Amino acid sequence: MSLSPGNTAWPANAGQAVGSEDIASDAGGVLLSIARLVKRFGAVEALSGVDLEVPAGQVTALIGDNGAGKSTLIKTVSGIWEPDAGQIRWAGEPVRIRSPKDASALGIATVYQDLALCDNLDIVQNMFLGREYTEYRLLDETKMEREAKATLSDLSVTTVRSIRQAVGSLSGGQRQAVAVARAVMQNARLVIMDEPTAALGVAQTAMVLELIRTLRSRGIAVLLISHNLNDVFAVADRLAVLYLGRIAAAGPVSEFDTQSAVYAITTGTRRESSAEHSETA
Amino acid sequence: MASTSRPARPTTDEPSGRGSEPPLSTVSDEAALRLSPEVAAESLRDYLRAWLLRIRNGDSGMLPVLGGLILIVIIFQSQKSVFLSAANLTNLLVQGATFMLLGMAEVFVLLLGEIDLSIGYVGAVGAVVTVATAAPPGNHPWWIAILAGLVVTSAIGLLQGALVTRLRVPSFVVTLAGLLGWEGMLVFLANREGGKNGGGTLRITNTILNDLVNGNLSVAAGWIALIVAVAGFAVFHLIRDRQRRAHGLVAPPPALTAIRILIVAAAGFALVAVCNTNRGVLASHPLRGVPWVVLIIIGTFGAWTLLLGRTRFGRYVYAIGGNAEAARRAGINLNRIRLAAFTLTGLTAGLAGIIEASRLGSISSDVDGGQLVLYAVAAAVIGGTSLFGGRGKMLHAVVGGLVIATIYNGMGLIGLSASSQYMVTALVLLAAATVDALARRSVTRS
Ligand SMILES: Nc1ncnc2c1ncn2[C@@H]1O[C@H](COP(=O)(O)OP(=O)(O)OP(=O)(O)O)[C@@H](O)[C@H]1O
Ligand SMILES: [Mg+2]
Repeated sequence: MSLSPGNTAWPANAGQAVGSEDIASDAGGVLLSIARLVKRFGAVEALSGVDLEVPAGQVTALIGDNGAGKSTLIKTVSGIWEPDAGQIRWAGEPVRIRSPKDASALGIATVYQDLALCDNLDIVQNMFLGREYTEYRLLDETKMEREAKATLSDLSVTTVRSIRQAVGSLSGGQRQAVAVARAVMQNARLVIMDEPTAALGVAQTAMVLELIRTLRSRGIAVLLISHNLNDVFAVADRLAVLYLGRIAAAGPVSEFDTQSAVYAITTGTRRESSAEHSETA
Repeated sequence: MASTSRPARPTTDEPSGRGSEPPLSTVSDEAALRLSPEVAAESLRDYLRAWLLRIRNGDSGMLPVLGGLILIVIIFQSQKSVFLSAANLTNLLVQGATFMLLGMAEVFVLLLGEIDLSIGYVGAVGAVVTVATAAPPGNHPWWIAILAGLVVTSAIGLLQGALVTRLRVPSFVVTLAGLLGWEGMLVFLANREGGKNGGGTLRITNTILNDLVNGNLSVAAGWIALIVAVAGFAVFHLIRDRQRRAHGLVAPPPALTAIRILIVAAAGFALVAVCNTNRGVLASHPLRGVPWVVLIIIGTFGAWTLLLGRTRFGRYVYAIGGNAEAARRAGINLNRIRLAAFTLTGLTAGLAGIIEASRLGSISSDVDGGQLVLYAVAAAVIGGTSLFGGRGKMLHAVVGGLVIATIYNGMGLIGLSASSQYMVTALVLLAAATVDALARRSVTRS
């Protein structure tokens, strides 16, 4: 069964709370839509039929407990792993994302949980890795350094000594800032961030959240993974809860509050609006 | 486990609301240790301070190697006064050519975290192809002969690279097989091409192939080449520094650039002056001039340094050696880069083989390719290239090759036996690797 915007064949109440009605009303429409996605690692089924829609120009937060499959899901979308089954649609078109190159060609930029930086390269070299500017086939270091510097100061990364410093000599938070800056610079249509603020200080976290809002205001969709519900509620338009490789709940952020989100994360079932929360749970 | 708890936050919280520009010009002691002095300093004093701090902290770069080289030179000179004569120094340079070129060949794969054990015999096979192509009955011109040799060794490198990347056999195993297999090929080819009475030896008949090592530039041409090279180096650095300043980027202090240019000019002057001194044995036949092979080494060094430092290919080689998975996620085609690197290793090894044949005037099945490859790896590592990938330069192979040639040459002069030559070379390699390991440990500890 295919999943597309405004698909009337989609059961009105299929138990999966994929709110296609409010997405269809959005001007941008659905940018990324994932249906029945399965990914196995040997005997372990990390994703067992995930359905998720990421609308254009909005911030979608993906939350879930450790090991729920969040990183696996975004790595499948980013071309690190091919899914074993399921379908991915990009702007309505079915696509196969077989490599990181395919993903970035579509316009997907990803900040990985492990950051994926080369410790032996400096900040500028890492930020432009795979997308270097050249002039007569030689690297245009001046241009890259200038742009990297501008992006970093946009992000208020003021604590690095020099952007020609090897990334291996940076602190955990500085490394994370470099990884975020790298993704932001790619002019993507969808920026995926896997726990981008986990190691960041107060000011840098605020900057990343501000940056996420800026991306949204430029019409760029953001898929944010975070364990910090405060951050999630501060920036997200939509929420999707992953539980043991399945989407347990999804919808506009207004349908959730901290308690119902925690409930979905820990039990894998959705409790309707928290306004009516009784002690039955 | 509470699902909302975020991972423990490391104490990286930085004071917020500072100025938007990082303070780049002032160097605190702590920061200086983490940075290479070039990027931290804007005045010569800052630079020297950062440099001294790093050395005191154990990260001494090429300093121990250069210090060791000077020490070795002093020892040999005190034992044999001909050691520093123009004739012997030129001879030493020529002897070192093969080590330097093989070392440069090895750097490509070492940077990837791979190794190539076959280059000694691969180079010899290339030399046989070149010498045989230029010899009767074919009598092909020298450049066709060289091209043929280099094509063959590049193809061998490509083949071994394909086995490593496609079949995922470790490069150590593939090239260990190459070490044996290409020796077999060498013996076969040398016996066939050497003819019935050749005894597995092919003499070089082509004068240009012979002159690659044994021919010299004229005295004037040597000086002109020096001026061109130093001027090129100076212009390149001055323009780059000015461009960086014009764009508001940090550039090395002008005094530092001037000192660098002076050092290169002085080293070049010494080199040309030594080579231009008469080293003929007979007064009636003066022999002077920079050997062609010196230009070949400088040219190869320059080209490969540019390739590694200023092109996408080079950048990706370092990236793969540093973190292959990160490189893959950045969309880099790992296999293509690895294949290209193995091919370049084969190509450079072929050049080394041709140079070795030119130096000896012949190539034979007796070449000890196993020893040559160990010297090649040793040259790169003595210079400072890491065996674990991601760290190294072509310059390391050149300096390391010079150290090995110096030991080799000096011990020959003193008349030490081959057995002690091997042992001393082993000690130097161990010392270099130990200094490197200690330096790295003290840096990561800080
Ligand atoms: N490369 C792999 N090989 C085998 N199993 C894996 C691999 N990667 C993930 N898994 C398994 O898949 C499941 C989901 O892991 P995943 O990393 O996606 O979780 P997560 O939701 O990102 O967790 P966290 O919040 O801790 O980052 C886990 O059971 C994990 O053990
Ligand atoms: Mg994860």
